[in-house]
Order: sequence, then structure tokens, then C-alpha cells
Amino acid sequence: MTVADQNPPSVRTGSPVLEARGVSCAFGQRTAVDDVSLALYPGTITALVGESGSGKTTLARLFALFYRPSAGEILLDGKPVSARGRKVDYYGQVQMIFQDPFSSLNSLKRIRHVLSRALAVHGKASGRRETDAKVVEFLERVSLTPGSQYLDKYPDELSGGQRQRISIARSLSVEPRVLLADEPTSMLDASIRVGILNLLRKQRDEEGLAVLYITHDIASARYLADEICVMKDGRIVERAPTEQLITDPQHPYTQQLLAAAPDPSRTAWASNPEGEVR
Amino acid sequence: MRIRLPRSARVRVGLGVFLFFCLVGVIGPWIVTHVMHTTAEHSDFNAVAAGPSWHHLLGTTTSGQDCLAQLLEGARGSVFVGLLSGFIAMALAALVGVTAGFTGGITDRLLNAFANVVMTLPSFILLIIVAGYINSPSILLSSAIIGLVEWPGGARYLRAQAMSMRGRDFTTALIAIGESRWRILVVEVMPHLTGIISAMFLRAVVAGVFAQAGLAFLGIGGSTVSWGFVIGAAQQHGAIGLGLWWWYVPPGLCIALLGTATALVNFGVDEVSNPALRNASSGVRKAMKRAERELAARRSQETEGATA
Repeated sequence: MTVADQNPPSVRTGSPVLEARGVSCAFGQRTAVDDVSLALYPGTITALVGESGSGKTTLARLFALFYRPSAGEILLDGKPVSARGRKVDYYGQVQMIFQDPFSSLNSLKRIRHVLSRALAVHGKASGRRETDAKVVEFLERVSLTPGSQYLDKYPDELSGGQRQRISIARSLSVEPRVLLADEPTSMLDASIRVGILNLLRKQRDEEGLAVLYITHDIASARYLADEICVMKDGRIVERAPTEQLITDPQHPYTQQLLAAAPDPSRTAWASNPEGEVR
Repeated sequence: MRIRLPRSARVRVGLGVFLFFCLVGVIGPWIVTHVMHTTAEHSDFNAVAAGPSWHHLLGTTTSGQDCLAQLLEGARGSVFVGLLSGFIAMALAALVGVTAGFTGGITDRLLNAFANVVMTLPSFILLIIVAGYINSPSILLSSAIIGLVEWPGGARYLRAQAMSMRGRDFTTALIAIGESRWRILVVEVMPHLTGIISAMFLRAVVAGVFAQAGLAFLGIGGSTVSWGFVIGAAQQHGAIGLGLWWWYVPPGLCIALLGTATALVNFGVDEVSNPALRNASSGVRKAMKRAERELAARRSQETEGATA
């Protein structure tokens, strides 16, 4: 039994939307994800925290069906998902936001095309007028207002934060129930990160989305998430509701991560802001 | 899709020359009949093997045929074979290369192996054998034969490009919204390759012109008048020994110019596809601009000082 199988109290409501059960994934000799179980619940933001190479992106990509697990299975609404064939229906439920908004949008296509394709693939809109109206609606939902101003723009006319909002809007336009966000703010300036995080929070609150928020920044996980999973060497070593994990970390690695994060409330750091964290 | 005009002067000159020859290929024969009132085959027995004059701007052949008329008629034969064979070669290259690179796996290995096998065939010798066997092939047939042996190099290049496209986030992101693979390939990825494909098309056109010239020179390129055909005829009639340079030099120069034009265009494409070159040239350009601004600022200061 891994730590992840224990059910932490609070936060959970109902049954999981998306679930990894005993999933492993290896590349050659290296095991990137090792027997991980993780469930995502509606209206809940689960943060996956860990250093580079801990397997958190691989886990997200397993959820997105980019890789096939070497063991275990992915379940949507409790039903195993086949990794074969075209997965339009699956992607109508589970959407992914990529780390780098500078490479996740096709630089030769206008914003209208980017969003309207997502709508068209999932049959959310037909006809140019209806599609345009929907595109504008989703642009405004990610605070790109007025949305009509962005329709004919190309990605490279937009800032990193705007591009990330576009890619979030593209994911949302499918009206998914799960959002996999793979370090969605790590390529962005600090000043616009909070905006993106608040946007994810809004989707949880208003649409009841289940969000997997992947980050190496435990401070942002604390800001956003309802519960935090700590990942190390392909395994989830600790999982707990956010405040519980922050105030009472059990695993030494979690304690290490917390010690390395700048936290103004901790006197050691506050009294010696320039120095090393003790 | 956005169409950007090439900035580089070399690319512009190259494209200009290329388009000029295409134009000559289209209207050349019309000029021969309606402006010069002659044909490539018509013999003027009053001027046999004559040098350039007002009557025959580029002189005549040993049988009194006008060399300019032959050059203009030949442009059609050469450029048409070049364009058609280039089109066939690039269509095959794009089909095989992009499919292989973007699909990956077993499809990629099979298509790549096939391209490698075709590439190792000595293409010109194959051309000679096939063209000789068919015996005076039509202009369409020679284009098809040339196109069919010319595609593998381009296919391998496009395969590499498509492979790098497959690894990019935007294609993965499109898969994750449920877009079908072929649509990603045709609608999203292809526009990124059009610049490279068009440059390779130019190169294939010239390779086609060269190949056709080679075949025509050897007398197995059919009976259509082309530049290679003219050079071959000149050689057969001993034009070099007789010193009739106006017979074989102009078509040779035309072929060489066409080759130069594509080389120029490809320099420009290198600047686009090779980031190191691009940075170097844009860095140099920026430094030049800065220096110019500084110079202008200093000059204006000086003039202000002088007037004050």
C-alpha cells in the first residue's frame, strides 16, 4: 500500500473523476513513475510537488494518455481507459495545459483558429458566427477582454501570460471535467503568475473542475491547492490536505522542500532574508 | 497563413532570375512566331553559320537556323521539364518524408529504408537507361522519369523537419485537444514547411533542367527543342571546332544562370532555417544600424555646433 491510498480527510467530495491505479512507466532502464496511485476529485485542486526528474510530468502525461503505463491503469469515472485508438471522447473530459506557452501554440495560426478547432473537434459550436461568439466567450472567461480584439491576432503578438491564458481558454472551451496543468506558470514572469493561478481556482469554484496542478514551487501549491502530493523518485511519498502538509510534514523530503521554500512567516528567513535557509 | 517577402537581396535576385526564365519559357515561343516571324527549325540559307548580326541577333547554326529562336524555344522545353519534374519530385518527397517523419515507428522505418534504397541508385545512369529504352520519350515522360529518381534527398530532409515538428509542444497540445493526426499534419504542420519545400522545389527544378539537358545532349531526351538539345546539336556539328560560340554558349549560360539563381535563393533559405546564420546576420544588421544612428547623431551635433 502506498501512501497515496490512504484517504486524507476533508476536501474529498463524491467519487474520483480521474484516477491512476498502481501506475508505472519506464523509459529504458529508468523508471520514471513507480507504482503510483492518485485520484482527482471534482472541485478539488490537487498539487503534485517535486523536484525535476521526480516523475511528476511523466505522471501528467500518463493521465493525458501520451504514454502507455507499463503497469497499472488510468480510470475515468471508474472505468479503465484504453490507450489505443483515437481518444476524442477522453480529451473531451480531460484537458492538459502545457508548461511553455511559447511553444504550445502554433505560431502560424490565428487565435480564432486555435480556439475554434477545439470547439469543432468536440462539436461545441458550428457555423462561423456561433463559433466566433463561443471563442469570444471563452477568451473573456480567461480575462482576455474584449475577446473580439484577440480573434485575429497571432500568438507571437501576445505576451507569455496572454498566451498561457489562450491555451487555458482552448482547454476550457472543450468543457472538460479535469484539467492537468503542468507547471503552467513556471515560464511566466512572477507578476502574472498569481493571475494564472487565480484563473485555475476560478474554474474549480465555478465549474467544479478537478485540477491537477504540477509544480516544483511548494509556495504556489500552498497558495492554490486543496491537497498536496509530494513526489520523489517516481513515487508519491506524502499526501495531505494543504495546511496539514505545510504545518505538519511527515516525510523528511517534504520537510526539506518546505525548508528550501522562502516563507516570510518563518523568522529564520525573515530576519536574514539574504542568507541561506537554515 | 502569412506570406513574408524575402528580405535578403540575394533571395530577391535569385527569385527574379528564376521567374524571368519561367516567363521566357511561357512567352518565348510566342515571341519566335509573332515578333521574329520565324521558327526554331527554319533555315536561312543566306546566312549559314553566321555570327551575331542585326538580322540574327545570336547568329545562326551550320544549317542557317536562328540561334535566338532556338534559345527561346528551348527555354520552354527545358523549363517545362524542370518545373514538372521538380513538382513530381517534391510531391513525392513531401508525401514520403513528412509522412515518415511525423508518423514515426514502423511506417517511418519502411519509408526511410525505401528512400535510402532509391537514393543509392545512380540516378543519372538509371535515367540514361530508362530514357534510352523508351527511345525518344515525350516531354511529359522525361519529366516523369526525372521526377521519379530525384525525390529521395528531399524526402530525407523533410523527414528530419517533420520529426522535429512532431516533438514540439504545439503538436502534442493539438493531439490533446483530440485533433486527428492527418489534420495536424496537413493543416498545422505543413505551413511550417512551405518555405523549405518551395526552396527545395526550386532546387529540384534546376536538377530537372540539368538532367534533361544531359539526356538531350546525349541524344536520348526526345526531339523537343531544349537547351540541352541545342548544345547537343552544336556538339554534333562541330561548333566548338568551327568557333561557332554563339551556338552553344548562350544555352549553356542560361542553364548556369538558372543554377546560380537557385543557389542564391537557397542561401537565403539557409539563413532562415539555420538559426546560427540568422542570428549572425541579424546581429550584424543591428550593429550596422546602431553605428549608422550614432554617426548620424554625431553629424547632426557637428552641424548644430557649426551653425551655432
